[in-house]
Amino acid sequence: MSKKEKKVHPYIPNSVPEVKAKMLEEIGVKDIEELYGDIPEGLRFKGEMDLPEALPSEHDLKRHVEKILSGNQTCQENISFLGGGCWKHYVPAVCDEISQRSEFLTAYGGEPYEDHGRFHALFEYESLMAELLDMDVVNVPTYDWCQAAGTSIRMAGRITGRTEILVSDTVSPERLSAINNYCRPVVTLKMVKHYPETGVMDLEDLKSKMSSSTAGIYFENPSYLGFIEHQGKAISDITHKNGALSIVGVDPVSLGIIIPPSHYGADIVCGDIQGLGMHMSYGGGLGGFIATRDEEKFVMEFPSRLFGITKTSVEGEYGFGDVAYDRTSFAEREGGKEFVGTHAALYGITAAVYLSLMGPKGMQEMGKVIVQKSQYAMKKLSEINGVKVPIFELPHFKEFTVDFKAAGKTVEDINKFLRKNGIFGGKDLSKEFPELENCALYCVTEVHTKNDIDHLVQTLNDFL
Amino acid sequence: MKTINKSKLRNFHQAKWDEPIIFELSTEGERGLLISEVEKEIEESVGDGISKLPENMIRKKPPALPEVSQMRVLKHYLRLSQHCLGADFNIDIGQGTCTMKYSPKINEVLVRSPKVTELHPFQDESTVQGALEVMYKLDIFLREISGLSKFSLQPGGGASAIFTMASIIHAYHEFRGEAEKRDEIITTIFSHPSDAAAAAVKGYKIITLYPNEDGLPEVGALKKAVSDRTAGLLITNPEDTGIFNPKIEEFTKITHDVGGLCGYDQANANGILGVTRAKEANFDLCFFNLHKTFSSPHGCGGPATGALGVTEELINYLPVPVVEFDGDKYFLNDNLPNTIGKVRGFHGVFPAVLRAYAWVMSLGAEGLKEAASVAVLNNNYILEKIKKVNGASAPFARGRHRIEQVRYSWEQLTRETGVTVEDVICRMVDFGFHLWTSHHPFIVPEPFTIEPTESYSKDEIDEYIAGLEKVVEEAYKEPDKVKNAPYNSVVHKIDNSTLDDPQKWAITWRAYLKKHKGGS
Repeated sequence: MSKKEKKVHPYIPNSVPEVKAKMLEEIGVKDIEELYGDIPEGLRFKGEMDLPEALPSEHDLKRHVEKILSGNQTCQENISFLGGGCWKHYVPAVCDEISQRSEFLTAYGGEPYEDHGRFHALFEYESLMAELLDMDVVNVPTYDWCQAAGTSIRMAGRITGRTEILVSDTVSPERLSAINNYCRPVVTLKMVKHYPETGVMDLEDLKSKMSSSTAGIYFENPSYLGFIEHQGKAISDITHKNGALSIVGVDPVSLGIIIPPSHYGADIVCGDIQGLGMHMSYGGGLGGFIATRDEEKFVMEFPSRLFGITKTSVEGEYGFGDVAYDRTSFAEREGGKEFVGTHAALYGITAAVYLSLMGPKGMQEMGKVIVQKSQYAMKKLSEINGVKVPIFELPHFKEFTVDFKAAGKTVEDINKFLRKNGIFGGKDLSKEFPELENCALYCVTEVHTKNDIDHLVQTLNDFL
Repeated sequence: MKTINKSKLRNFHQAKWDEPIIFELSTEGERGLLISEVEKEIEESVGDGISKLPENMIRKKPPALPEVSQMRVLKHYLRLSQHCLGADFNIDIGQGTCTMKYSPKINEVLVRSPKVTELHPFQDESTVQGALEVMYKLDIFLREISGLSKFSLQPGGGASAIFTMASIIHAYHEFRGEAEKRDEIITTIFSHPSDAAAAAVKGYKIITLYPNEDGLPEVGALKKAVSDRTAGLLITNPEDTGIFNPKIEEFTKITHDVGGLCGYDQANANGILGVTRAKEANFDLCFFNLHKTFSSPHGCGGPATGALGVTEELINYLPVPVVEFDGDKYFLNDNLPNTIGKVRGFHGVFPAVLRAYAWVMSLGAEGLKEAASVAVLNNNYILEKIKKVNGASAPFARGRHRIEQVRYSWEQLTRETGVTVEDVICRMVDFGFHLWTSHHPFIVPEPFTIEPTESYSKDEIDEYIAGLEKVVEEAYKEPDKVKNAPYNSVVHKIDNSTLDDPQKWAITWRAYLKKHKGGS
């Protein structure tokens, strides 16, 4: 290395020796090392970090990374039926165009003046989601549904002054794990059973677990296992009677054809916006939303940024700013509500673009196409010998359970065979739900064609 | 080519489209996107699908979204993007503590590949070997950079990583039957607000240490604060003042001596890569913001990653899964006996992980250290310049050098002219610059924090300084001009009076129509 000419790295302009020298002279030191004078010798890292040889040439770097990435097989090259909290929906080109804009991609904490567009776009995101959810308050996105659910529950705890939360036992196990860690040790979780035949909540169990410590109930609709919980109103009524809050996690993609949780008594609604214009990116496309009514007792418990619309000194000009900023941890540290920071704002802007493109008809048609295709898939799959679809005898949205117990082969083996035939089969539920051993969670969306579904059915027929 | 002086102040004006709210652009019947229709055979087989749903669950009235044609949606959001001054446009050194460095465009090309975007997190391990390799190797790089033993890439940002540290600290004490007794976390006021806030979510009482005249927390104060109730210490170093705490090893020792764990918030790592590490200061946990130090773009505030590292002793507490390599293939390991569980869905933000990997690969060990040292050079250069700006000062640690940033004060300017930091911020906008106050509380009066990183040239830094000098000159000569700014921005002085009033605040368009336009 030492014999090679040392080149200035394109990311570090002031590496130019003459510039460095001039700057050192202005500071009045001989060497950059002097600037580190406060770091004691004993804390110094001796020697050079053991990292691979650098690839400062952009082309070399591109080839290197692309070679590694070529080890991936994608849901574009295969037909994927995976869902369970991250879904393959079509991402419109305009969504990519906007989310890739340097102005949005590289902005951060600007003021509502030079970053007016960021505030404006995220205000529109809140507003568009509000229509979908039929609620008046939506936050700037948090990390994901895990966080949105965790925060919704903690909000309910603070609003009611109670410390126990009831959770439907059909929620996503991954999400449950995150909720559990987020609540522990302040809020205790208690699971509510489902009816084994239909999957929906066992209302008697719910009633028996309600107590004066119950802050609320959290359930998901459509559930992680795909069926639609039609008892929302009864669940909310039981909860409200007990002075507790009804918290519902929802897939916003379903809301063109399914009523939003606010229509069956939900007080806090949360979920993920990944399906609204975000690529899956190995799960990196998640973004969480939380919505409530426009009541002070709810609004003041949000930890998130809430961008509001206001006026400026010029008549007719829209201005934006933070609503009730003093409730945040930015303002009050541990005295604020939970914490705020860098979450998933860019995805909020992208979801705004998506909902603007889709409009009311687009969301309606989306819902319809999805239920038609998933119903078709369920129907065709159920015709296969030894396969029961769905396990729960209720309508589903885009996901459904497939029971392979009677087929005499494991989900693992089935999926291995499917992979050889260019298909990513549904997620194995054996580990997550012991009673669903050898069952898989399949997901069908608007991107699947009849041919895709028929190919799956044919391939399964060949194997089983 | 010979260098010429390019650092003159610009005659700037931001784009101003006077753009309406998207709902105001709606025309009944317009469509922005059509989706694939179902095949005839499907329609024949299952009908309309909807009538099979429970009657009480069917939405009869569609959501009142706007109806806008595709090009108009595009144009609207492109215009909004022009109303936003990203780091790619701005000499973005005024957002101190946030490390607004260059996010290389090649990394964007890489994350937009279908080999990234079209991966589902539940895919079989055999089909995601590329993704797992990147995650595993970044873990190895970060181990080398920190000296710690294993990283989780799951936390969704700095605050999320702090919460994860607090969760691990809690689980660690719980395992020892001491969680209830150990109910206090110690931090410093110049550590990020989330060090206090996220730990409090975990149920901890927060003890905050304040600085002495050197800007640093005192060993004596920590000794008084620790006890058998101490669960841990969460601290930055250098602190948000850019001052490195040379006694940090004593801090970790004092905490360890009472049985606490030490978590290193490395949000301020950009000046010390390859210089000093978590290991040498005996930290048990640390995290790096991949969206700051490791160049992943900030995205208006995420998505992001707070990569969390721990010592050998704490590996079993990490969020699951972690990525392992058996010499032949990469795999996901869920089997950590004391795991706190999940902190973010699936595997975190893979695009941020990939960008960080590419950034380290572009620079290598020597390049990382060069980036750090130039960031420090730039910072101290600015310090020299700002010390000479009328009305500005750099409180604490006078006469000493700083690491990667400095928290300055306009106290004198405000006293002498009435112009506050908020006013300066608004006027800087008129020259195309972003300046930020600093996190609350304002221990330093009228604060602003400058962090130049390694990304900006001397000329650009000089241009920024020229902007500050110009605003200060105006403040002394015609303060009202500064106080009434901005003039060349997208909007004029914003009326914040409605934003704290529950009767008037409007967080959505529908709420605005109800509260201010007599809608229902």
